[in-house]
Amino acid sequence: MATETSPAVTVTQMPTFTEATLDPGVPPGPIEEKWEKHKFNMKLVNPANKRKFTILVLGTGLAGASAAASLGELGYNVKSFCFQDSPRRAHSIAAQGGINAAKNYRNDGDSVFRLFYDTIKGGDYRAREANVYRLAQISTNIIDQCVAQGVPFAREYGGLLDTRSFGGAQVSRTFYARGQTGQQLLLGAYQALSRQIAAKTVEMHPRTEMLDLVVIDGRARGVVIRDLITGKIETYVGDAVVMATGGYSNVYYLSTNAKGCNASAIWRAYKKGAYLANPCFTQIHPTCIPVAGESQSKLTLMSESLRNDGRIWVPRKADDKRNPNDIPEGERNYYLEERYPAFGNLVPRDVASRAAKAVVDSGYGVGELKNGVYLDFSTAIKRLGEHVIKDRYGNLFDMYANITGEDPYKVPMRIYPALHYTMGGLWVDYNLMSSIPGLFVLGEANFSDHGANRLGASALMQGLSDGYFVLPYTMGNYLAQATLGKVTTDDPAFKEAQYTVDDQVKRFLAIKGTRTVDSFHRELGKLMWDDCGMGRTAESLQHALTKIPQLRAEFWANVNVPGGGNDLNQELEKAGRVADFFELAELICLDALHRNESCGGHFREEFQTPDGEALRDDENYAYVAAWQYAGAGVSPILNKEPLKFDYVKLSQRSYK
Amino acid sequence: MKLHLKVWRQKSGNRQGHLVDYELDNVSPDESFLEMMDLLNEKLIEKGEEPVAFDHDCREGICGSCGMVINGIAHGPKAAVTTCQLHMRNFKDGDTVVVEPWRASPFPIIKDLVVDRSAFDRIIQAGGYISVSTGSAPDANTLPVGKEQSDLAMDAAQCIACGACVAACPNGSAMLFTAAKAAHLGLLPQGQPERNRRAVLMINQQDAEGFGGCTNIGECEAVCPKSISMDFIARLNRDVLVGTIAGAGRVEA
Repeated sequence: MATETSPAVTVTQMPTFTEATLDPGVPPGPIEEKWEKHKFNMKLVNPANKRKFTILVLGTGLAGASAAASLGELGYNVKSFCFQDSPRRAHSIAAQGGINAAKNYRNDGDSVFRLFYDTIKGGDYRAREANVYRLAQISTNIIDQCVAQGVPFAREYGGLLDTRSFGGAQVSRTFYARGQTGQQLLLGAYQALSRQIAAKTVEMHPRTEMLDLVVIDGRARGVVIRDLITGKIETYVGDAVVMATGGYSNVYYLSTNAKGCNASAIWRAYKKGAYLANPCFTQIHPTCIPVAGESQSKLTLMSESLRNDGRIWVPRKADDKRNPNDIPEGERNYYLEERYPAFGNLVPRDVASRAAKAVVDSGYGVGELKNGVYLDFSTAIKRLGEHVIKDRYGNLFDMYANITGEDPYKVPMRIYPALHYTMGGLWVDYNLMSSIPGLFVLGEANFSDHGANRLGASALMQGLSDGYFVLPYTMGNYLAQATLGKVTTDDPAFKEAQYTVDDQVKRFLAIKGTRTVDSFHRELGKLMWDDCGMGRTAESLQHALTKIPQLRAEFWANVNVPGGGNDLNQELEKAGRVADFFELAELICLDALHRNESCGGHFREEFQTPDGEALRDDENYAYVAAWQYAGAGVSPILNKEPLKFDYVKLSQRSYK
Repeated sequence: MKLHLKVWRQKSGNRQGHLVDYELDNVSPDESFLEMMDLLNEKLIEKGEEPVAFDHDCREGICGSCGMVINGIAHGPKAAVTTCQLHMRNFKDGDTVVVEPWRASPFPIIKDLVVDRSAFDRIIQAGGYISVSTGSAPDANTLPVGKEQSDLAMDAAQCIACGACVAACPNGSAMLFTAAKAAHLGLLPQGQPERNRRAVLMINQQDAEGFGGCTNIGECEAVCPKSISMDFIARLNRDVLVGTIAGAGRVEA
């Protein structure tokens, strides 16, 4: 694993890439039958043989915990790793609003096809049809499974499940547990995992961080782990490796992700040969609490579900300093309702975010720093009563009041977009296997189902679909067919990986520079937000591609990592993550620069319709860009997976 | 504003710890308590000292990672918030702020303010789940659950396992934590088949971990960031009693 310390790739113009075409291995046949047929055609592992296979699962969020639990139930020998002190604390826990499922309990016209259609369209036609259709099919099983586990979803007085609406859909298909749906779903998966830990099918390793992937004879066969308490670098052998390590929003420093969320697992897998797809597809969530000051360490999301009852507006007069309650109706600009009458405040996230940026950039921002827009509940409170709003969003309102010191029952919330989710990730085929055989990637860590923009309440759905219902089948298929030789941690590949990890720790501790890890991270984040955030241009991306290597070089020369390597050292952990963010940031910008179109969360300002909507270029860019590492300082190889749309017609997205 | 901090520093579990004094300037009232700690750590690193280790992750009050005893109160002076949600506007310029880790023998200190709460995981592993394997569930709406019942289960299910209840309890009891899980699952029809057995198994594990017994003091409820009610402890006691009479503990032992 070479570490890119010097500004070797200073890109001043678009480099040319070696290109290749990728086949995702989608089974033939009509889309509704693909998964059923494929399940039958896949090879099985005899129940008595399952315990002979060891599967290493990294991450214990919805995807990782559900996968580890389900594989354990099947009888595999599972080892599960997470960096938190308990698997229950993975960041899925913070998801608020809900989980989509095509149950059509509302009789409002929902169906598997409609969920599939909405997801493809919401993703701005940059997702693989067959995967998304499977996701929509499985969505209904997830709700069944979670209810059986005891997830306390919201109910109606009749005792049946309640649903609500989310952005990008005109049906009410989102199941929820107050504003803590992610927490309850994760606890369901955590409890299933705990049951398997007790049954000894899963061996749990909390407070450990994966620092390298070991590939032997072209297959993923192990990992290098740092024990975060003792600092010990350890190696583990497996017959397959599953990465469910989440997204990379923290490249931007300020995001709604937990502080520990990082890209090290996927980045190190990338450097070992796994393709990284569509890294520039980042989601900026429209409803977060605006930045309050320089010392801000993270941003807090206010669930999209609030857009069910909240109305978004800014004053019609720029720089209006009046109390929002004193601004008469006629002087308010409900810009989403005016511009998108059909979807109103429930347009998809990318559309809502760009609209907020546009009004704030034109000087209509509200709040002391003029960096927000109002999300106003007064109409809903008048119509439904404060108690109904409290029942629906009480915990979110409390959270808002805590952070801002303002009472959202009395004055409108102030919100602004923030980095929230990354659609890009490691490339996987239909079986969720990466380009390295034996390395499977689930949940946000893979690139698969959301195209260029994820719809609200679909991340939980995808994580659980991958972990509970897809991987348990495809893993068996892989293990039943792979010829896996006996491997031990004495293999030179393990020794080498262990050495490079150990070496990096030593290097960090030896730099003894003058700047903290956080100061570098903040600077990188600001650069990325300015140059590769909600709006991107060739010029801003070129700027970032010049700056990142310079900053990275300074980081490696001047970072100050105090303490030692043999105990709990949180600065050392952060340093490793930030080092990887630096390299990933460059690939994000490169991908954004190469994609000469706007789609979903990737908005290149040069490519927009006359009324400011994202302008796709289907002729040239209807493909997944899966980047392949070619060495430090060398341009990566561009593998293209063409996207074919046989069931949803490509069209300009419209929510008007 | 300016603060006088007294922070517990302890190199590792088997070393002696002590309170160390720090003066911290330029603290903004809009900062969270953890952002204030970040600021302290930046200053310490710049001075060439080791920063204070503390657990934290989501910083929005849901992951349960953070937890500090602030001026003698778990999660600090404001009710119903975690340490990460506590903002500095709750303090005054010139205040002295004492910051300590959770103190309970089942939560051994790892370093500074970081403690080992894996005992909680083992209580859940002992029985804090509904035994249902993937793929075996019937349609979700075949089992109606009354709204009041479901809401009450949700009240209990909100527990974030931060451990403040244990830190606040003079007995070092984990009853609020265990009761919250037992009530969440025991209030739902899905959880009935294993209800009493689950309660007994979790209680047995709780005792084995060295947590103290409950004497209805109520400090746990007072510091709980999710305002989980002590009433759930009564439910747990009832389930344990019925389960014990039915011989659940003996069968499993």
